[in-house]
Amino acid sequence: MDQTELTRRDFLEGTGKAAGVMVVTLATGTALMASDGAWAMDLRALSGETAETLLRMTRALYPHDMLSDQYYAVVVSALDDEAKESGEVAAMMKDGAASLDAAFGMPFSQLSEGNQVLALQSLETTPFFQKVRAKVVGVLYNNPRVWQAFGYEGASFDEGGYIERGFDDLAWLPNPPEDASPAKA
Amino acid sequence: MANYELNDDSVVVVIGSGAGGGTLANELCQKGISVVLLEAGARVENDAFINDEWNSFLQLAWLDKRTTSGNWRVAKDFPNLPAWICKTVGGTTTHWAGASLRFQEHEFKARTTYGEIQGASLLDWPLTLAELEPYYAKAEDKMGVTRTNGIPGLPGNNNFKVLYNGATRIGYQKVNTGHMAINSRPRHDRNSCLQLGFCFQGCKSGAKWSTLYTEIPAAEATGRLDLRPQSMVLQIQHDDSGKVTGVLYADQDGKQQLQKARVVCVACNSIESPRLLLNSASAKYPDGLANGSGQVGRNYMRHVTGSVYAIFDRPVRMYRGTTMAGIIQDENGHNPERGFAGGYELETLALGLPFMAAFLEPGAWGRQFASMMEGYENMAGMWIVGEDMPQSQNGVTLHVSEKDDHGLPIPNVHFDDHVNDVAMRNHAFKQGRAVYDAVGAHTVWETPPYPSTHNLGTNRMSEKPEDGVVNKWGQSHEIKNLFISDGSQFTTGAAENPTLTIVTLAIRQADYLAEQMGKNEI
Ligand SMILES: Cc1cc2nc3c(=O)[nH]c(=O)nc-3n(C[C@H](O)[C@H](O)[C@H](O)COP(=O)(O)OP(=O)(O)OC[C@H]3O[C@@H](n4cnc5c(N)ncnc54)[C@H](O)[C@@H]3O)c2cc1C
Ligand code: SF4
Repeated sequence: MDQTELTRRDFLEGTGKAAGVMVVTLATGTALMASDGAWAMDLRALSGETAETLLRMTRALYPHDMLSDQYYAVVVSALDDEAKESGEVAAMMKDGAASLDAAFGMPFSQLSEGNQVLALQSLETTPFFQKVRAKVVGVLYNNPRVWQAFGYEGASFDEGGYIERGFDDLAWLPNPPEDASPAKA
Repeated sequence: MANYELNDDSVVVVIGSGAGGGTLANELCQKGISVVLLEAGARVENDAFINDEWNSFLQLAWLDKRTTSGNWRVAKDFPNLPAWICKTVGGTTTHWAGASLRFQEHEFKARTTYGEIQGASLLDWPLTLAELEPYYAKAEDKMGVTRTNGIPGLPGNNNFKVLYNGATRIGYQKVNTGHMAINSRPRHDRNSCLQLGFCFQGCKSGAKWSTLYTEIPAAEATGRLDLRPQSMVLQIQHDDSGKVTGVLYADQDGKQQLQKARVVCVACNSIESPRLLLNSASAKYPDGLANGSGQVGRNYMRHVTGSVYAIFDRPVRMYRGTTMAGIIQDENGHNPERGFAGGYELETLALGLPFMAAFLEPGAWGRQFASMMEGYENMAGMWIVGEDMPQSQNGVTLHVSEKDDHGLPIPNVHFDDHVNDVAMRNHAFKQGRAVYDAVGAHTVWETPPYPSTHNLGTNRMSEKPEDGVVNKWGQSHEIKNLFISDGSQFTTGAAENPTLTIVTLAIRQADYLAEQMGKNEI
């Protein structure tokens, strides 16, 4: 995905849930795009259909209503990159997404949340499932913009650490006594 | 910095520049001994460390493939990453948290104190706390351990406040910000802690002790240290008499070099140290060097570990400040009424969001996991570290078919939890939960062990040669000029984090080496 393209747009945090997406064919190739135009990702190896199912799968695996689809799209984009490098991965993604779509005889994206979980459970031991699951863990939670939504502040060295920025600002419990926790220098 | 000839056979070769090797090299140089320090990793100075969990891991961790077996959960969750250790100048003292506790007297007499425990290969150490005390004192001074040498404790962070209040409400009394090798005041030309919260990613400010920017530059300043980074030792060689004569290593260009040596000291951490001895098998030593007893690679210990993470109604922001910000020591004694031998410590621990996702409950997915993650800002955490039972079959063996880039068998790490380990972890989980419940946690999660950060025992010290690999000085029972200088020489693991004891043994070993060399014994 063209990250810079994405970050230049102004995304809404907390719009929540899965919004609509569509597959668009451009002169440059296929892209997956939010129906409201909030984000778009170019696809280099995956078909639009596969990418859409993967997008729904990544959210169903780690459902955070406070995160909009674009953060899950970053994961799909990483899978697309891998599929571009490896025909094996490309085939695994295509077949895996197809199995999810086949689980209830209708597209995975149209399944209720409970049925999505059942469909995922039926594939839990497959390399496809394992690969996608690990990718979400490694990519979704490694995104500084996602950190903000979870209240993780990331790198601190350039800000001088937390010594003057609240390392001990918790006020809903009494402070430990001096012998257990001496004052800072 | 010195530059010794490859065929200079008067040098001491130290392999590995972490807690054990880095300290030993410096101590020897200070005594006027010439040292070649071979380190597999590159030299990355602390200003280049990265405040980002995965990128730091990729920068410093040991990523060469390893395999696992046994019933420990790590084998399922991280089959190719049995241990979290580093490959860089400074070794794992770059990633370590700094908790620096002395072992307790009875822990040196584990077999006598705990008695016979079925399935455990317990032994007493061939030395006592009293013998080590003067060296512990030197190590604490060298490392600048808080609450020793007049150094004040560190100020507690938010994670500690939660731990402290919970612990004292359930009656624990030994709760404080710990004995940490982290400057609470500027000391030995290093600054005090800025509460960066990235202790596991290498301390960019240099407040935390690491051989990278303490022992190694001090050794270089003597003009006697020849440090060769990106030099992976492949084999230790010996002569017909059985004495070791030098080491074969792959240099930074991948070219094989043979460095001659008067003495060889192995400090590659407890997976690579036995692997190197096993990979050095010869016609004279068909089972590997120093392995007449068959104990090389056995009795692997990794501490009884696990974490407890709790979510509260209000913010904690545990990631701010020192990672190991405090400790509960009330459970560290031997108290068999609890249903197990040995004791454990509870220490605060915090992970950033990326590592939390990977380690909170490896393999988990779905709404419940996602909602735990959403509690991140209101989360507090602690880590269990307790004594595990040495078991003969737990250990490091050479893989039957898989080879590394140099054509050498990769290591397999086998570990089965002992019933004592399981009982201790269970007790600690309950106590950890009680601590957080006492301050109003609404969700408490018991997190399984991470890949081993403490790796011990695979070349253990023993009184009798048939029970172990080295004597009380870390000197091979079989080969007089071959030493083990890292945590693999531990006879048992004790409840405490191991590094202070590794450093202590290295300082003591340097005295012995100098004396033996002076007498021409080696
Ligand atoms: C996240 C984390 C937190 C920790 N926190 C604490 C703590 O709070 N307190 C504590 O006591 N301990 C802690 N530890 C453990 C501590 O880091 C280790 O106990 C200690 O560093 C081990 O010292 P060592 O000398 O045995 O090995 P290391 O420090 O691992 O050094 C071994 C070195 O040998 C090199 N090497 C290996 N094989 C070869 C070869 N064949 N040729 C050349 N070089 C080789 C490696 O690259 C490495 O640099 C922590 C560890 C981790 C990962
Ligand atoms: S918290 Fe302190 S010891 Fe840890 S990395 Fe930061 S400055 Fe270093």
